[in-house]
Amino acid sequence: MTAIDPGTATEPAPIEKGAFDFDWNEAARRGGILALALAFVALTGMPNGLNDRLLIDPILSLGYLSLLWLPFAFGWLSGNEKVLEGMARTKRGLRDVVRGDVIGFVGGLGLSLLVILINAFDLRDPLVNWSPQTLAVLQFDRGQGFGIIAWPILGAILGAAGASLHLLPQRIRRATLAALATVLVFAIFETFIVDLFDFTEDLLYENQGGLKILWAIILFVVAFGASIGGAGRKVGQVRTNYQQATGSAKTTQTALYIFLASVAMIVIPMFTGKITQELLANIGIFLLLALGLNIVVGLAGILDLGYVAFFAVGGYTTAVLTSPNRGEDWPEWFPTMPWWGALMVTIVVAALVGLFIGAPVIRMRGDYLAIVTLGFGEIIRILFLSDWLNGYFNGAQGITNVPPADFGFAQVKGTDPRSVFYLVLVFAAISIYVSWRLERSRLGRAWMAIREDESVAEAMGINTVNVKLMAFVVGAVLASFSGAIFAAKVGSIFPTSFLILVSIIILVVVIVGGMGNIIGVIVGAAVLIGVLGGPKQPGLLAEFSEYKLLIYGALLIVMMLQRPEGLVPNVRRSRELHQEEFLQDAWLKGEVDDAKADGDEPNGGPEGALA
Amino acid sequence: MTRLLDIQGLSVTFGGLHALHDLNFHVDEGEIVGVIGPNGAGKTTFFNMISGMVTPTSGEILFEGESMIGLDPNQVTQRGIARTFQNVRLFANMTILENVMVSQHCRTKQGVWGSLFNTPGFQREEREIREHAEKVLGFFGTRLVGYRLEQPASVLSYANRRRLEIARAMATKPKLILLDEPVAGMNPKESAELTGLIGKLRSEWGFTIVMIEHDMNVVRDVSDRVVCLDHGETLAQGSFEEVSSDPNVIEAYLGRPLEKS
Repeated sequence: MTAIDPGTATEPAPIEKGAFDFDWNEAARRGGILALALAFVALTGMPNGLNDRLLIDPILSLGYLSLLWLPFAFGWLSGNEKVLEGMARTKRGLRDVVRGDVIGFVGGLGLSLLVILINAFDLRDPLVNWSPQTLAVLQFDRGQGFGIIAWPILGAILGAAGASLHLLPQRIRRATLAALATVLVFAIFETFIVDLFDFTEDLLYENQGGLKILWAIILFVVAFGASIGGAGRKVGQVRTNYQQATGSAKTTQTALYIFLASVAMIVIPMFTGKITQELLANIGIFLLLALGLNIVVGLAGILDLGYVAFFAVGGYTTAVLTSPNRGEDWPEWFPTMPWWGALMVTIVVAALVGLFIGAPVIRMRGDYLAIVTLGFGEIIRILFLSDWLNGYFNGAQGITNVPPADFGFAQVKGTDPRSVFYLVLVFAAISIYVSWRLERSRLGRAWMAIREDESVAEAMGINTVNVKLMAFVVGAVLASFSGAIFAAKVGSIFPTSFLILVSIIILVVVIVGGMGNIIGVIVGAAVLIGVLGGPKQPGLLAEFSEYKLLIYGALLIVMMLQRPEGLVPNVRRSRELHQEEFLQDAWLKGEVDDAKADGDEPNGGPEGALA
Repeated sequence: MTRLLDIQGLSVTFGGLHALHDLNFHVDEGEIVGVIGPNGAGKTTFFNMISGMVTPTSGEILFEGESMIGLDPNQVTQRGIARTFQNVRLFANMTILENVMVSQHCRTKQGVWGSLFNTPGFQREEREIREHAEKVLGFFGTRLVGYRLEQPASVLSYANRRRLEIARAMATKPKLILLDEPVAGMNPKESAELTGLIGKLRSEWGFTIVMIEHDMNVVRDVSDRVVCLDHGETLAQGSFEEVSSDPNVIEAYLGRPLEKS
C-alpha cells in the first residue's frame, strides 16, 4: 500500500463548458426552494413590518433587505459545485452567471405568484400577513402588474450578481464582500453606532433613520480600499502567529491578549452611551449562564435542558434575602441582608438545589436525562408561581423592590447599566477562571472521560455519579451568580423571567459558540445575545425581536449542518465531529510510515476508526 | 499461594438464556490464567460480571476474601481489578497521556478546591499522576511516549490502541488485570511481542492476570493454567496440554465426529 501524497497530486486542467451547459433540473429545483423561502419570509411579515426601518435612505429598507439577500445568497451558493478530488473542475465563466440568473428568476416568479394569489384570494384568517400591507410592499406600491414583473427581474439580477462574485479574482471578491458587510453593519446597527460615537448621528444618518446615500458609498469605497490594502491579511497574520507560537511564547502572547481584552472591557463602557452599556450587561448575564452550562454540557456531556432552574433559584434567593416585599409567610427572624451577604447564601442554596435535583437525575443517561432536566426546569418555575408557595414568593406578582447591590463605594442597579456590567465582569472573570482550572484538573479529565464513554469511565474507577453531580453543582453555582446579579439589576423577580426559553437560548449560545471552549462561549454570547438579544432583552437587532426565535432556530439548523463544532470550536470536539476527515489526514500525513517504524500493521487508517 | 479471586457457583441468566451456569473458578496470586472457549461461550459475560458491569443471578465472587457482589464497576476497580475491552474502547478524543492519567482517578483525591487554588497538594498530586502515567506508558517502549503523549488516542494504529488499553488498566494500580483478547487483530510478530509483555506484567509489575484469548500460541506461551468455557459452563481446567487434549474441548471447538450407524 502506498500513501497518496496530497501535495504532489496535480489538479487536471479545468474543463470549459458552454454558457447554457449546466444541470437545468438542479437550477430549477434550487429556484423552487428560493421561491418557497421568499414566500415564507414575505408571509412572516418581515418585509411589511420592517419596511419603515430605512437602511440606506431612501433606496433600501430592512424589510426589503429581508427578501433581497436571499436571491443573492442562492446565486452565490449555486457557484459552489462539488468537485471530487482528482477530477477536473469546470472553468468559471458566463455559465455561472446564467445559472444564478435562472435560479433568481425562478425564485422571483414565486413572489410574482404570491402577489397574484394575495390579490385573488383572502387567506388572512390563517395567515395574518396575507394582507394589503404585505401586498403593497411586494408590489412596491405601484400596482399588481409592476409587482409581478419586477420580482423575476430583480431576482434574476441579484442571482446573477451573487453568482458573478465567483468570477472576480479572490482579492477583489473578498474586498467586495467586506465592503458590502461594512455598509450593512453601519446601516443595520445604526442605534448602536450612534450610541458609541455621538457625532455620527448627524454626519452619517438621515433624521428619519438610514444611512445617507453619499456616506453609504464612502463607507463602501473605504472598506473596499482597506481590504485591498491588506487589512484583512494583517489580522489573519496576527492569528496565524498566535496559532503557531509554542511554549513560553504562546503563554506570553495569551497573557498579552487576555490583558488587552480585559483593559478593553474595562475602558470601553466608560465612553459609550446607555444602550451599549445595557447591551454589555445583558451579554454578561447570559455569558455567566453559558459558562456554567458549558461545564455541564460541554465538559461533562450532561445535556441539561432545565438549566434555567438554577438561574431562577439564584434570582429568587437573592430577592427573598434583600427585598422588603418578599412575601408574608417568612418567619420574623428571617434576615434581610445586603446583596453581597445574600450572594453567599445564594451560592449555598444553589449548590444544595443542584445536589437535590442532580441526585435523582444524574443516574440517567442521554435522552432520558435531557427530558427529566427539562421537567425539573419547569417544576422549579411553577413552584415559584404556585399558590402553595404564594406566601413566600408572591406567585405571579413576583418579588419587587429588590434593592441595588450596595458596595459602599458603588451601587449596582438597573438604571446604571455600566455598574451592572462591571459587576458581571468580575463574576465572568471568576467563572472563566473556574472553568479554565477545572478543565485541566483531575475532575476535568474525569468529566471528559464520562463524555467520551460513560461505561468505560466507570470501569476505569471513576465514580460517575459523584463526578457528574459535581458538574451539576458547579454549573448551578455559576448560574446562581447570574441570578443574583439579575435580581439586583432588574429590581424585581417574576416567574415569567425563567421560562424554558431561557434554557434553550443558553444552550444555543453554547452550541453556536463552540461547546467545551471558553472563548467559543464568549463569542457565542456576544454574537447571539448581543446581536439578536436574550429571551426578553433586546439586542442590536431590536427590530427583529418579533422574529428572534425564528432566527435562532434557523441559525441553529444552519450551524448544525455546516459547522456543528461551533464558531470557535474546541479542538477535541471538532475532532469528534470530523473524525473521519481527521483520521484520513493523520493517515495521509504519514501515520503509515510511523506505524511501520514501530513494526506494526499499518491499520490505523480511516477504516480502523474508533466507534 | 494465597487465593486472590474465588468464584463459587456463579450463574447469570438473560431472560431464559443461561449465559453462565454454576461456574466455579479461582485465581491465585501471581498466576496467569487463560480463559478459552468458542464464540458465545460466556467469556466476556464472565469478565463483565467480575468487573461489576453485570450483576450475577446467583453465586459468589470473593476478591481477597471479600464479596464483590453488588459493587459498582468503579468500586471494583477501586478494590484492585482492572480490565481491558474486547472491542478497544479508548477515550478516543483525549490524548494518550490523558487516557492514562484519567484512569488513576480512584487512586487520587484532589477535588474542586485543590484545582481552583492550585494548592501544593494539588500540584504534587498532578505531578505524581503524570509521572506514573509516563512510567506505565514507558512499559511499551517508545511507542506511546514522546510526541505521542499529546496526540489523541484516535490516531493510534490498532496495535498501539490495544497497548494503550493495557496501559490504562495498569495505571489504575490494580492487583488483578482482566485482559479481553489482548492480541486480537494483531499480526504474529506483534502478538509474540505482547505475549512477552504479558509475562513481564507479572514478573516486573507483580500483577495477577486473567486473559481471554483465541490465539492458542499466546495462551500456551503465557498461561499457568487454562480454563475452557462453553455454554456458560466450565468444560475443562488444568495445564494447556491437559485442556487442549481434552475430548470435550475438542468437541466444543470442532464438533463431534459423525457416529457410524
